[in-house]
Amino acid sequence: MDVSTLITGLTIFALAVFVGFEIITKIPPTLHTPLMSGSNAISGITVVGALIAIGSGSDSLATVFAFIALVMATINVVGGFLVTNRMLEMFRRKK
Amino acid sequence: MEQQHLIDLAYLVAGILFIMGLKGLTHPRTAVRGNLLGAIGMLIAVVATLCDHQVLDYQTIIIGIFLGSLIGAVMAIKVQMTAMPQLVALFNGLGGGASVLVAFASLTAENTTETESLITNVAIVCSALIGAVTFWGSLVAFGKLQELSFLRKPARFSGQQVVNLLLAAATLLLGLLVLGYPQDMTYFSIFLIAASVLGITLVIPIGGADMPVVIALLNSYSGLAAAATGFVVDNNVLIVAGSLVGASGVILTKIMCKAMNRSLFHVLFGVLEAVGEVADADEVYSGKIKSTSADEVAMLYDSAERVIIVPGYGMAVAQAQHAVRELANELESRGVEVEFAIHPVAGRMPGHMNVLLAEAEVPYEKLKEMDEINPSFAQTDVVLVIGANDVVNPDARNDPTSPIAGMPILNVDQARTVVVVKRSLSPGFAGVPNPLFAADNCLMFFGDGKQAILDLNRALKES
Repeated sequence: MDVSTLITGLTIFALAVFVGFEIITKIPPTLHTPLMSGSNAISGITVVGALIAIGSGSDSLATVFAFIALVMATINVVGGFLVTNRMLEMFRRKK
Repeated sequence: MEQQHLIDLAYLVAGILFIMGLKGLTHPRTAVRGNLLGAIGMLIAVVATLCDHQVLDYQTIIIGIFLGSLIGAVMAIKVQMTAMPQLVALFNGLGGGASVLVAFASLTAENTTETESLITNVAIVCSALIGAVTFWGSLVAFGKLQELSFLRKPARFSGQQVVNLLLAAATLLLGLLVLGYPQDMTYFSIFLIAASVLGITLVIPIGGADMPVVIALLNSYSGLAAAATGFVVDNNVLIVAGSLVGASGVILTKIMCKAMNRSLFHVLFGVLEAVGEVADADEVYSGKIKSTSADEVAMLYDSAERVIIVPGYGMAVAQAQHAVRELANELESRGVEVEFAIHPVAGRMPGHMNVLLAEAEVPYEKLKEMDEINPSFAQTDVVLVIGANDVVNPDARNDPTSPIAGMPILNVDQARTVVVVKRSLSPGFAGVPNPLFAADNCLMFFGDGKQAILDLNRALKES
């Protein structure tokens, strides 16, 4: 990574943090648990990092680590979105 | 247009979907769709990555994704709503763990020039540090929420803060060593061990009622770890998604701290403010406790026009949410106005009570936040407190020397009658007696939360 890529990355980081603050302050407390599990699933985006690491790793040890990372991140993503959906369906349900 | 550009555009779409997804969560009606948008964004990001020419080993990838999806789906479908805090803690930890492993894999596979690799290595160290703290911290949090016996007592010893501080400093120094000798895996391994121990010692002194803060904070860390991984693999969608989650966790942490009137520092270092003397429980309670029965409470409800139910962690433990819903339905069928008062830190994670009551099909319009419902307690005939203690302790408002002084509470003591469902007079997390129980307008309904409400429902139907 060179310096200009780093600066682009930091710019994106800073702006996304502000967008995050703006949106999340508007989320009502009643949805805070689904917010946590849902945002948690989004943080499973590390799955992309794991995929890249598996692809580029020539070293067999690196591939093993990347594989375990892939499994962990996938559990995080799939489990996170599913359980959030389960909870939110309960909120939507009307008698 | 090159393939790489298309992939980057797909990442942009994924990032936008994540933001729109979170935006959907601002209302219960749009929340399901919001979550779906987030999931679609994730799918797009994954598919785009698989189109990358760098990615070669599809067989390993398919096995990994299949395995992860299977485990994740089973956990998400099987989990009980009361166990949600544990599950979220566990998922947090897995995200953090994945960041560590990606950092490790990137370090071993590294083949860039020297100046460029320094920046990458800094990112690797950050990602491994945050990831390891998140992973181990979340596992400890999971153990505490699951009430594993060896973690039940918050482990505190004198000088703990100093030890943690030294450990943090040592970890950072080791991180610098890794930067100096990136090819030497011994340094990296020692650094990882130090970061892991730090994750454990940071969370282990923290007690049950502070858990909402810890989970929110670990949630934030898992996002930051993902963002740091984005710098490692030079990928913008990781940075966007990670910083969104990081911001979300920070806000939740702030809300939780405010609701307990505690600073983040005090929660993290397991400090309970030692202001003044804790009143003697016998002195507060002696001769003033009035015990009541299901029939008596049912009679109270007969003449009530407005009722507020205050749930706490005890309701989750007793799995009493369905019985509580039945009670609310029964009262409403008699024309009684029923509302639920939700303290921000009731339960073990932000919004814990809301999820349990939603599971029991209580409409979310009936759940009122503290600031909204507090002025109406004075016009309420009967308040039913089930499994909550410190969040209804009037000492927080009245006694400036109390350890919980200044914590915002639900003013249940202002209602005409308060019925407290509780197993015994044992103190809550703060360890202080609750003068509410000895108040003239308070009746203690001793027993298991669920059984007590079931008895009450029976008594109501018979009367």
